[in-house]
Amino acid sequence: MITIDTISKKYGKAEVLNVAKIEIPKGQSFGLVGNNGAGKTTLFNILLDLIRPTTGTVTSNNIVVSQSEAWKNFTGSFIDESFLIGYLTPEEYFDFIGDLRGMNTAEVTAFIAKFEDFFNDEIIGKKKYLRDLSKGNQKKAGIVASLMGNPEVVILDEPFANLDPTTQIRLKKVIKNLTDNSNITVLISSHDLIHVTEVCERIVVLDKGVVVKDIATSAATLKELELYFSV
Amino acid sequence: MISHFLKLEWKQFFRSSHWQKGIAIKIIMGFFVVYFMVAFLAIGVLGYYILKKTFPVLDPLQLVNSYLLYVVLGELVLRYLMQTLPVMNIKPLLILPIKRSSLVHYVLGKSAFSFFNSISLFFYIPFAVVLIKEGYDISGALGWLLAVVLMTQAINFLNFLINKSTIALGSIVFLLVAAIGLQKFGLFDLTAFGGQFFDAVYASPIYSLIGVVVLAVLYHLNYKKLKSLVYLDEAVSQKVAAVKSADLSFANKLGDVAPFIKNDIRLIWRNKRTKTVFLMSFLFLLYGLFFFTQETYRDMPAFLMFAALFVTGGFTLNYGQFIPAWDSAHYKMLMSQSFRYRKFLESKWILMVVMTSILYLLSFPYLYFGTKIFLMITAGAVFNIGFNSLFLLYAGSFNRKKIDLNKSGFGNTQGTSATQFLIIIPLMLLPMLLFWVFNKFVGYNSGFIVVASVGIISLLLKKYAMNFIEKKYIKDKYVMINAFGKEA
Repeated sequence: MITIDTISKKYGKAEVLNVAKIEIPKGQSFGLVGNNGAGKTTLFNILLDLIRPTTGTVTSNNIVVSQSEAWKNFTGSFIDESFLIGYLTPEEYFDFIGDLRGMNTAEVTAFIAKFEDFFNDEIIGKKKYLRDLSKGNQKKAGIVASLMGNPEVVILDEPFANLDPTTQIRLKKVIKNLTDNSNITVLISSHDLIHVTEVCERIVVLDKGVVVKDIATSAATLKELELYFSV
Repeated sequence: MISHFLKLEWKQFFRSSHWQKGIAIKIIMGFFVVYFMVAFLAIGVLGYYILKKTFPVLDPLQLVNSYLLYVVLGELVLRYLMQTLPVMNIKPLLILPIKRSSLVHYVLGKSAFSFFNSISLFFYIPFAVVLIKEGYDISGALGWLLAVVLMTQAINFLNFLINKSTIALGSIVFLLVAAIGLQKFGLFDLTAFGGQFFDAVYASPIYSLIGVVVLAVLYHLNYKKLKSLVYLDEAVSQKVAAVKSADLSFANKLGDVAPFIKNDIRLIWRNKRTKTVFLMSFLFLLYGLFFFTQETYRDMPAFLMFAALFVTGGFTLNYGQFIPAWDSAHYKMLMSQSFRYRKFLESKWILMVVMTSILYLLSFPYLYFGTKIFLMITAGAVFNIGFNSLFLLYAGSFNRKKIDLNKSGFGNTQGTSATQFLIIIPLMLLPMLLFWVFNKFVGYNSGFIVVASVGIISLLLKKYAMNFIEKKYIKDKYVMINAFGKEA
């Protein structure tokens, strides 16, 4: 599904990312772990063609992301709050994204209704602008918007951060549903080792821009990661 | 304490990420300020003699005094629209051992030295010096100077009090228009009324102390108001009123561009800064009145053209020059969605064209000034629609400065500054030049025709222009994402 081929990114002389090769097959739930400055967000931004890599290419479903924009049709993402439009209400924002993803109003409403639990009655019908919601609630709206329009690839940068415990658990369920029921490839980065080992089949550890571990998740994975990070 | 604050501001100013890039605009702004200083200085020094020569029977001081009330009203309107309230990022300071009162005093004190307050001194001080030199009573002239300086400061603080209220602006504009109207028809003479007070100050300078009282009261009101705002829940998260969502489904008829149009309407209506731009464009509609009523400009058709362009172009010029920076906060998201960039640009274009057309319809009363003026406005409207809309879209691709619509810094409610009035000059000079050349060397009507034709030709070439513009935006995508991601 996604091939990351000799991707590197340099700012001046400092190299922040250097990934030789990562193949992510269709339907895999892929976790990206690393300390601050490891290059997780940079890698995701490159996957979304928001930053140009210094070398290498990213191919998604046989489309080179920096050459064609066709990958946008099947890719949903939420990187940070800058993905939200602050002066819209959540409903209007979902409508806007739905419009761009070819959903009509009824479809959007039906889709949003599925997330009633996840929203925990804090998003819909509150008559508030997105900019006035708390960080956690903003994140909820952004994550759900990234799932609109049946994406085949979903990219979420630190989706668990800022969420309350209940929502974290519900989000895990949402992500599990995604990977269980369909052919959706999910890419997640996280600082929370427990969460990421729970939802991801494969975990890649980045350190200073370089892949240092590439593990198929098993019962021993959490221990292994904890050992690695407890320097 | 104050030296700490000043140091922080100094660093904020020089370390802001657009400082290096914005150097050109800062130089232009510098020239702008110098120009105003020199102009005010010149009027201050020469004003007395000019008035003496023009109205030999009247006393220049009394003449100036009689119009000071108009200055007060006019300044309030101008400040409401243009003055940025003093801002300081207070959030990190709240938890430090700093008294809230010193924060407030500092912010208020800083505002006393703003451009708007200092610039009028360049008129008042030399004027007072000339008065003394011309044999006016020294203590009288100094008392007068004190009174007008206090008046300027009072306006400054009054502006902060009324700044968030559109009703206040409306009342002031109404008052100003009513006063001018009443005076014109001889029903009520504001000049006589306003003159009396300042004449009295000159006669017995002790009256200037009234100004001290007024200023103290206004300062205290500001102090009380701001002090109650120096809490996280107030300053950082403003009160959230329930959102009223207007039904915009009529826009759905526009097809592909509908989502963007709806978005832009909400953008304009729900953010103070864009709302100001929108409302200002109706004020620009009146801009022609300054020029068309003056005999002096009758013989300077190029200036009439300038005014004619402004009449219908207020929105296009002020909104268009910040495309796509209005969307800078969520630009990354837009760039990860699947839509043709064209649609995004097209929606902005439609918005500009529709607004220009509405303003043109509203400009019909200008027929009162004759068909020539109206033809000029028509040519200007065609030029705005055809050429300026496209040109501004293109120029927008050079925008590298983030606009933070959410910004809720301490006391910051407006972002409109004089900067935007500068960038539009080239857009106006071209049609003025064309008009002037053809008008002067070919004949009167050819001026309109050429300006309008440039508009029509641009409109016909829109498809090609849009292709070109779209490519430019796509090419600059990464640079823009990077620039918009930085703090403004």
